Amino acid sequence: MIEQVVGVVTQMALVLFLSPLIAGFIRTLKARLQTRRGPSVLQPYRDLYKLWRKGMVIPETASWIFTATPYVLFATTLLAGLLIPAISAQAPLSLFGGVLAVVYLLALGRFFLALGGLDTGSSFGGLGSSREMTISAIAEPALMLAVFTVALGAGSTNLSVVAQSALGQSWRFLAPSQMLAFAALFIALIAETGRIPVDNPATHLELTMIHEAMILEYSGPYLGLIEWSAAMKQLVLMALLVNVFFPFGLSSDWSPTAILISLLWFSAKLLVLAAAVVLVETTNAKLRLFRVPELLAVAFVLSAMALISTFLF
Amino acid sequence: MAGLLAYALGMAAGLAGYAWKRTGAWFPKLLCFLSLTGALLELAASLGALFSRSELAWSLSSGIPYLTYSVRLDPLSAYFVLALSLLAAAASVYSFDYIPRSLPGDSSGVFSFFLNLLLLSLTLVFTASSVLFFLIAWELMTVSAYFLVVFHHESEESRKGGLLYLLMSRGGSGMMLIGFLLLAVGAGSLDFTALHGIGQTLTPSFGAAAFLLLFLGFGVKAGIIPLHIWLPAAHPVAPSNISALMSGIVIKAGIYGMARVFFDFYGALPVWAGMSVLVIGIVSALLGVLYALMEHDLKRLLAYHSIENIGIILMGFGAALLFRSFGYPKLAALALVAGLFHALNHAVFKCLLFLSAGGVLQAAHTRNMEQMGGLIRRMPSTALFFLVGAIAISGLPPLNGFVSEWLTYQALLSGYGATPTLTRLAFPVAGALLALTAALAAACFVKAFGITFLALPRGEEAAKAREVSFSMRSAMAALALVCVLLGLGAAWFLPVFDPIIQQVLGFAVSPNLVAGNGLILTAGSLRSGSVSTAVMAVLLMLLGAMPLLGWLVWGRKSTRAAGPAWDCGLPGLTAENEYTATAFSKPLRMIFAALFRPRREIQAEFEVSPYYPKAIRFESEIEPTFEKHVYDPLRHSVLAAASWMRRIQTGSIHAYLTYIFVTLVLLLLFGVRG
Repeated sequence: MIEQVVGVVTQMALVLFLSPLIAGFIRTLKARLQTRRGPSVLQPYRDLYKLWRKGMVIPETASWIFTATPYVLFATTLLAGLLIPAISAQAPLSLFGGVLAVVYLLALGRFFLALGGLDTGSSFGGLGSSREMTISAIAEPALMLAVFTVALGAGSTNLSVVAQSALGQSWRFLAPSQMLAFAALFIALIAETGRIPVDNPATHLELTMIHEAMILEYSGPYLGLIEWSAAMKQLVLMALLVNVFFPFGLSSDWSPTAILISLLWFSAKLLVLAAAVVLVETTNAKLRLFRVPELLAVAFVLSAMALISTFLF
Repeated sequence: MAGLLAYALGMAAGLAGYAWKRTGAWFPKLLCFLSLTGALLELAASLGALFSRSELAWSLSSGIPYLTYSVRLDPLSAYFVLALSLLAAAASVYSFDYIPRSLPGDSSGVFSFFLNLLLLSLTLVFTASSVLFFLIAWELMTVSAYFLVVFHHESEESRKGGLLYLLMSRGGSGMMLIGFLLLAVGAGSLDFTALHGIGQTLTPSFGAAAFLLLFLGFGVKAGIIPLHIWLPAAHPVAPSNISALMSGIVIKAGIYGMARVFFDFYGALPVWAGMSVLVIGIVSALLGVLYALMEHDLKRLLAYHSIENIGIILMGFGAALLFRSFGYPKLAALALVAGLFHALNHAVFKCLLFLSAGGVLQAAHTRNMEQMGGLIRRMPSTALFFLVGAIAISGLPPLNGFVSEWLTYQALLSGYGATPTLTRLAFPVAGALLALTAALAAACFVKAFGITFLALPRGEEAAKAREVSFSMRSAMAALALVCVLLGLGAAWFLPVFDPIIQQVLGFAVSPNLVAGNGLILTAGSLRSGSVSTAVMAVLLMLLGAMPLLGWLVWGRKSTRAAGPAWDCGLPGLTAENEYTATAFSKPLRMIFAALFRPRREIQAEFEVSPYYPKAIRFESEIEPTFEKHVYDPLRHSVLAAASWMRRIQTGSIHAYLTYIFVTLVLLLLFGVRG
């Protein structure tokens, strides 16, 4: 019981406080690759602190949905973060929901975020909601099929069981099915977290923004909560990717030394994946909106091939 | 049985009221009260049958050969009667105020007559236990539903939708009749108990023919694609309490029929049978939601979602049939529970959505979403209940839609291990397509809720809308509560399926699916996957309270002001700046252009320069694929055949006498030979 409480608290703190760092790392590394100095990696923490102390303006047209959205988004993302294995192979709450629950909790958050976008009555909000729901819908089959391929390999949708079975055979990621599924999930990660080439998190140009258009009317602490949730969602999906495919260094208990060692491993794996995201982001241009389905179709084909190759090998 | 009596009383009273033409304000209320009583009595009876595990049977011989009025409340029947009585109770409470307000005074008697007849015949459909009695109840249900659909017969849309419904139902019951007769000939009896497991004893071709006929016959009622075209035509034009019952439970009569035939009358079917059910399920789910996305008529949108959910139910049924033919009864039980649970869940949230849509319709006087908006301020309770229904139907946690979709996913995933052949690949692919369906449904309900209830009103009527009456709101509240309870308490509800699975597969299912004192739902075992909606709901509330707490402690000083939303520098934000339902679904319309074949037409009038148009007319529509490419050719060939047949209809009495004589001689010859 004590161990479980320690697990929940540790992982909650990890998801809450590591996520802005990863977001900051991606931002800084991207700037360096573009030969800019860029902000410090700690900038997202400063942003959150600043937003927290600001006043906010609520649009006159908005209803309680607008106000409820940041809380729902925060709660669903954080709960999803407690269902995944991060530094221990035994995720603290994985008994109460496996990979399907993670995907659907994130979907619940997105559902409210899209409603929050429509609630203001400004055309930007509607535009963002429409695009966000479209892209997430067509990313869903690729994401799920890749997840299923991994789950079928482990014979379970419980992420702790999946991670433990991966831990049993650390070099399994070299199998063709795992590599293909990883590629598919990587594309889905880019689409879900709204990065180039699908969406540009740095833009505020009407024609290109998706996520930013939905949250255009949010300000102050609410904006802070939404930004924080976006960072947490990114961390959750990245952790899912690194721990399911590369389970190195996952600890099997919650003792302090084990936690420390696996925390280092976890951070190292996340940094490598973040570097990969940055590389993709710097070397590609943003796709036109109606080219995105083609990219996601590629992801779906990759995951279908992953599934077929489990049958062959 | 007392429930039947109350419905019958309601019918009689309705008829009497119609005959007298003397109806005070109390009269429709009395009729609704009678149907409410009936529903509550039936609810008690079905719960009793499910939990005490006793079967009620009751039979009355008719004096006509082959026809006995026999009724049996076995677990499968009781489960569907449970769904029916929940919905009937809600619809009756809703009707207390809905009937007097939405229907002209004199007609409320005849309306209630048909409403009670519909409820009565539905009960009989779910409980009849002999073939002929079942078919009679089925026809009564079809006909009473027809009269309710065309109740607003002044509008041509109603008449057309009703006629299409009646025609297609006739075709469906024709197929059912032949299918049932094939089974009955094999069994040598018309009694349902004698038909149990009869599928095993038939010759393969006989059994296959009966299976296909019954699948398609019930499929018409359930609205599977491609037999669905009556559904979006008939459901939206009916009064809203009827739409709710039609989409909630009348189409479930088709599902009940399939469950009865597939799992009670047949044992293990060949693989192609399960596969065809699974494929039809996938096609119906995906196309249903895609067509729903293109709708901006609120009730048609909901009608297309019924097709989608029937597809999801059939995915569970198809998987169950496949597992049975592969010899995995435990997996079959999981898939069957998923399908049956989704049938109940869909009944509840679809009824809720239609009732709230009815409230919106009454307040805003239109079904067109492009005329709505801002209703959340004017009708806060209706908006909240619609939101609950929208979250449930999108399969989002922690409500009931999530639980049954989760079970369906788990069943499909477990199917991968059930067979070594290439067929196994169908299961994860079906799961991925279910994921696509659910994500599109979420997009569709963001549109439906967002455009209808949020932001600024787009029409004058919507701006003047008023909240609906207390009884209408309480009916919605009750159904919303059921959605929450079935979602959070899913693991406590699962033992209801034990007697049903016991009846068809021979073992209890809930010990495999429930763990942790009923807190956790598993997919056969804890190891293969588990979920707990109750724990998730509690944690969501706790985690959502965290930032609130933080704000109370540290953020009290931050100010909170109301201001205008960004209007791009124009003089103020108006409804014309808002996103529309058509615009919302435009990206998906373009992505799936191969399916929709959208057509659009833009006409702009300008005086000086084309950049400053005076007026723009925009028209956009999608091609109704099935209507155009399947049903139009069919209609033309039927008409052509009919006009060809007209040649023998000469109008001469001599010719007709000759026809009768020739027929008589042929029949005699046939009789002598036989």
